[in-house]
Amino acid sequence: MSTIAAAHPPEIRERRYLLDREGVLGPLMLLPAVVYIVALVGFPLGLAIAYSMSDVTVGDQGLDWVGFRNFVDVAKNGTFQKALRNTFIFTLVSQVLVLTLANILALVLSADFKGKRLVRFLVLLPWTTPIALGAIGWLWLLDPVYSPIDWVLRQVNLLGPGTIFGPRGNMYWTAKADLAQLSVLLIHTWRTLPLATVILLAGLTAIPQDVKDAANVDGAGFWRQLIYIRIPLLLPIMAVATLFGMVFTFTDMTVVYVLTRGGPIDNTQVLASWAYFKGIEGGNLAQGAAIAMFLFPVLAGVAVLMLRMARRTETT
Amino acid sequence: MAVVETRGLVKQFGENAPAVAGIDLASADGEFLVLLGPSGCGKTTLLRMIGGLEPPTAGDILIGGRVVTNLPPRARQIAMVFQSYALYPHMSVANNIAFPLKAAKVPKAEQQKKVAWAAGILGIEGLLDRRPRQLSGGQRQRVALARALVREPNVFLLDEPLSNLDAQRRASARDELQGFQRRVGTTTIYVTHDQVEAMGMGDRIAVINQGRIRQLGTPREIYDDPADTFVATFLGSPPMNLIPRNGHLLGFRPEHVAPRQMLEGAGGDLVPIHFLATREEYLGAERLVYGEVEGTKAVARFPSTVDVPAEPGRGYEFAVLARDLKRFDAATGLRVPGPA
Repeated sequence: MSTIAAAHPPEIRERRYLLDREGVLGPLMLLPAVVYIVALVGFPLGLAIAYSMSDVTVGDQGLDWVGFRNFVDVAKNGTFQKALRNTFIFTLVSQVLVLTLANILALVLSADFKGKRLVRFLVLLPWTTPIALGAIGWLWLLDPVYSPIDWVLRQVNLLGPGTIFGPRGNMYWTAKADLAQLSVLLIHTWRTLPLATVILLAGLTAIPQDVKDAANVDGAGFWRQLIYIRIPLLLPIMAVATLFGMVFTFTDMTVVYVLTRGGPIDNTQVLASWAYFKGIEGGNLAQGAAIAMFLFPVLAGVAVLMLRMARRTETT
Repeated sequence: MAVVETRGLVKQFGENAPAVAGIDLASADGEFLVLLGPSGCGKTTLLRMIGGLEPPTAGDILIGGRVVTNLPPRARQIAMVFQSYALYPHMSVANNIAFPLKAAKVPKAEQQKKVAWAAGILGIEGLLDRRPRQLSGGQRQRVALARALVREPNVFLLDEPLSNLDAQRRASARDELQGFQRRVGTTTIYVTHDQVEAMGMGDRIAVINQGRIRQLGTPREIYDDPADTFVATFLGSPPMNLIPRNGHLLGFRPEHVAPRQMLEGAGGDLVPIHFLATREEYLGAERLVYGEVEGTKAVARFPSTVDVPAEPGRGYEFAVLARDLKRFDAATGLRVPGPA
């Protein structure tokens, strides 16, 4: 029998390398992200909160505390009502449209047909276009005089004397309150549709083939499968797509800024664009910041929802 | 209840060799028919074509004497259980089972009655309110069977339904599944790559390789009288020994080799086998002795209860009963009839 505890030579204990220690490596790897968030998100946010409670302007950059005076002033302004209402209507209506259309598009694109890649590319195109460029394109399409849309309408006898859209030769898309609102709404829909489609398409592909086969064998036709299998299984991913679309639309100022500059008479003004006009173009940084702060509660709520969904997908 | 028949069924994907290369198969009514073969042999494709999930390239499928080749799955009166069970994850067990009934527009009251009946047969009455993710593998399998059973289909198609269970559950699941099939008496086509499942449950087994049926017969027939060397070596673990002799392949099962004197009382001619032992495996209930016969690798299997000397490195005079020897053509691998 041999004994286990034989006489050992003195042990040499090897030391771990510095970068093999998680206590060192972890924080080191996180550092760039933390610096980025603090410098480009945290600092501006803190500054905006400070501005919104001060009397800072472009001319006088001293931060004198005024409490909630800016918020009260902004809320009393007639434009605030319009901007708040428009912000919510543009966001909610465009997202309802996006969700409906994205479901249809995703279903079409998940089927097999010739030229599918090309169609997919075309569908994705609006998303890849910088929003300012896209909006300028639309500005031209909706031009009061040269609008190609108007031209088409005239050609098919829907526009002009004695037609349903009236005697004048142009629609004046951006000059009439309702048409301008409709235009902004449709451009937001056009813009967020591709992302939602791609997200839903990924969700559709994630439904196991076996489940679809089982539904087939169980006797379900197209509509039954759509309503009882596909849409319920897609709901979580639809929520993700909607939350993204909401954030993008809710905070967007470019479309309004390029297309209507908030007009006519503030009828397409949204909080983001109004904050820009007041704070940057008008020079009243404090009021601009206060307007932008009105976006904060909604965005914070959406962010919490997103984080919750992310955690749920992690655990299941 | 119905007979399933395929006539010259072919399935080709792209330019590849056909996945199913002309299969003629007919089940008996109420039979438990197993499609057995290695992965990629075409057995699942064959099953999916019978189910209508895959259109055949050529040939016809008949269910209950009706040509259903061009019918969609929902018009075939079949039910299928998938390897993954494919339960609807967002529905309760009760709604999962009721789904085929809802699709068939069965009245609500009738639905409830049938769900209760199917759940009763499979012993899952207590799980009806749960979601699939709250169930164990065995419970999921029973829910999938209940969903298949509930609309009283003509045919059950089962695609490796036991492969997601752990080894211990599998033995009892085999027992349950076969008992279930005997009770309901529905024609069942069962795909597996596991010979134990096939031998244990099948009334008949169709051994499939490279898209063709190599042999169709009862478990006893395909084990004792394999039609070719593929069937001979695919079934049995370890597989049948094949020794080249006089331009033929001589086949014998490992359990049929024994020392001469042990076989002499068995009645029948003996064929001597000179067995050079090289390695021994003790597996508890039995021993496997690996070695060589006439320069070819071979295995002998002895029950642990029998004391057979087999020391590695030594040669032994073993024998096989002549009736246990099978002859195969060395070139085609096909069985050559007549005594060895």
